[in-house]
Amino acid sequence: MPEKPKIAFYWCASCGGCEETVVDLDEALLDVAVKVDIVFWPVALDFKRHDVEALPEKSIFATFLNGGIRTSEQQEMAHLLRRKSKLLVAFGSCSHLGGIPGLANLFGRDEILTAAYCDSPSVVNPESGLPSKHYEDDGHELELPVLDSSVRTLDQVVEVDYYVPGCPPPPKLVRNALSMLLAEQLPSKGAVLAPDVALCEECPRKDSKPEQLLISAFRRPQEIVIDEQKCLLAQCLICLGPATRSGCEAACVRGNMPCTGCGGPTSRVRDQGAKELSAIASLIDSKDEMEIDRMLATIPDPVGTFYRYSLPGSLLRRKRLNGHVHEEVRSAK
Amino acid sequence: MPDRPSDAAITQQFEPRIVAFFCNWCTYLAADLAGTSRMKYPPNTRVVRVMCSGRVDPQFVLDAFAHGADGVLIGGCHPGDCHYQEGNYKALRRFELLKRLLADLGIEKERIRLEWISAAEGDKVRAVINDMVKKVRALGPLKLERDAKDVWLAEVAV
Repeated sequence: MPEKPKIAFYWCASCGGCEETVVDLDEALLDVAVKVDIVFWPVALDFKRHDVEALPEKSIFATFLNGGIRTSEQQEMAHLLRRKSKLLVAFGSCSHLGGIPGLANLFGRDEILTAAYCDSPSVVNPESGLPSKHYEDDGHELELPVLDSSVRTLDQVVEVDYYVPGCPPPPKLVRNALSMLLAEQLPSKGAVLAPDVALCEECPRKDSKPEQLLISAFRRPQEIVIDEQKCLLAQCLICLGPATRSGCEAACVRGNMPCTGCGGPTSRVRDQGAKELSAIASLIDSKDEMEIDRMLATIPDPVGTFYRYSLPGSLLRRKRLNGHVHEEVRSAK
Repeated sequence: MPDRPSDAAITQQFEPRIVAFFCNWCTYLAADLAGTSRMKYPPNTRVVRVMCSGRVDPQFVLDAFAHGADGVLIGGCHPGDCHYQEGNYKALRRFELLKRLLADLGIEKERIRLEWISAAEGDKVRAVINDMVKKVRALGPLKLERDAKDVWLAEVAV
């Protein structure tokens, strides 16, 4: 019997939702399990890093890696899995564009560590101890991973072959990606394995989108009773469907919530947030600077709204660094 | 490898690099007029001609900053004068939101500017560029490209 292709799943800076979506394949997962050999999947199977290290180079057919990269350990694992795999697939928004954890790029490393280990109301840390690379306790020595200054997308650390977008990727896209790869029908390198059109194309409310849309104040979902039939933009909600790649069959809109952009941009767009900003701002119903500002003030957090899933993968990648971060990175090296 | 110049040294000999997107119908002609009229202004702007200020995708602005621009200037027709009726209003709406987004990303509001300059206002081109170069010079270099090399890439170097 010919050897079955080896598959690996791994997680980095992510929430675990992408692991869930693999389980959400339901019965299809059993079909997949028959066709492949899962050699590494920390969330479900008891294989360790040394098992991966023992594999020959390029012996894993495909690794599906979810989560952004933000520690030295995640960097090492990304490099290790890249070496051992023929195909590396960035799986889910975090790995693709940085995801929600990518919004940490609005802060410096010091700010993040202090908030998490000292200032959080639920933390008791009288000596304000922060994690350090080297730790000794009772004669035991430990080397701990170092937190990077920024969250990165997978392809900013290692070469990536394919992307499966979504937070988490919809089971249908996962099924299609798996069957396409296993049948060795390989798309061109760097392809995002999802339809290359905007979400509005597959939105069930498409027909209710007015020809011309003008908005004088944006509303947040909790402020209004949302009509279940009508285009959400026409109800003054910030729906990012016009600038987001489809593939989810408008799951959020079907749940009566606006699209928040997890599918990433289409292939013609480099920076999803900029394009979303462009699409939304041009709907403002005024020609007067002051009035435009007042109307735009109904968007309280532009970065968090337009770059919710894509700040590390954007053109600017993070909030501008200040001088001391340079020194920190230099001294860590 | 020679040592990288210090931050202080860079600031001292700093010549701001300003990318200017000028609309084909008004501001670009004004810049032309400034040139043929032998008006003097600092050589710190690189002008990119676009058909309309409404054509300036916010991606262009971010890309300019990411690739070493210290400031971005957008020039369009006066309100009501747009060759395409509404393009400059769209530019204005996008610009106002982009300015807020950039501030949240640590880029000062003086580094991005939108001006209405008609084809007859060569002198306004000179005044705006003079003023912007002065303000951006006072802010100092943006250094996003340098950050990308020193911090971003250094941290993932194998």
